[in-house]
Amino acid sequence: MTVQELIDGGKFETVHAGEDTAREITGLFCCDLLSIAMGRAPAGSAWVTVMGNINTLAVATLADVACIIMAEGVELDELVRAKAAAQGLTVLRTELPIFDAALWIHQQLHG
Amino acid sequence: MEDVIALTYHISPDDFTRAGEASSDVKGKLKQLGVSPEAIRKVAIAMYEGEINMVIHAKGGEITVEITPERIRMILADVGPGIPDVDLAMKAGYSTAPDEIRSLGFGAGMGLPNMKKYTDEMKIETTPGVGTTIRMEVLLNG
Repeated sequence: MTVQELIDGGKFETVHAGEDTAREITGLFCCDLLSIAMGRAPAGSAWVTVMGNINTLAVATLADVACIIMAEGVELDELVRAKAAAQGLTVLRTELPIFDAALWIHQQLHG
Repeated sequence: MEDVIALTYHISPDDFTRAGEASSDVKGKLKQLGVSPEAIRKVAIAMYEGEINMVIHAKGGEITVEITPERIRMILADVGPGIPDVDLAMKAGYSTAPDEIRSLGFGAGMGLPNMKKYTDEMKIETTPGVGTTIRMEVLLNG
């Protein structure tokens, strides 16, 4: 499943569609601790988290994840949205809890 | 003589909105140079961990990155408080980060262990009260 297909799935609201929405999502990662995510988030994964500060975007970019999904209705402030746009990152959001959001993506990835 | 591209970044203290910009810039330059995605990811993770440490603990500092066809060398120098016990600081889970840093999602004690894990060589020179210099290398073509 590509990032664009995840967007088109209509389950999540698009905060920002990034530069590389044709990128294949190759895994799924759930974690709110940036220290852990930095070293463990697999490249190409969809990262589901409730940690919506500006450093989340830096970690996502450097760990090379395919996209971020903000769960539990977490809102990003203007600064963070602007940073997502500047970095070309795809950020989605949902009112769903982390587990339910990740489970839905898992089902799309693995049927 | 070996071809070397050298980059230098000044890291501002306590500026969490800019933390990671130096690492992102290096990542972009390595991509332009055609370095493998695996090596870029290793450099990006190791350098970001160092960069964020400098922002949190060390009143900022300076990062020099040297790129050759064989390796990427990162030198992170600060004039912060130093690391009193390096072995302890290298233990996964050990952290001296204050509560406000933890609330941002950091401070899990993974910084130095990640830097070691994602580099082929890492050396720490530190003197309490004087500062810390960390040298890391990621080998290419390997």
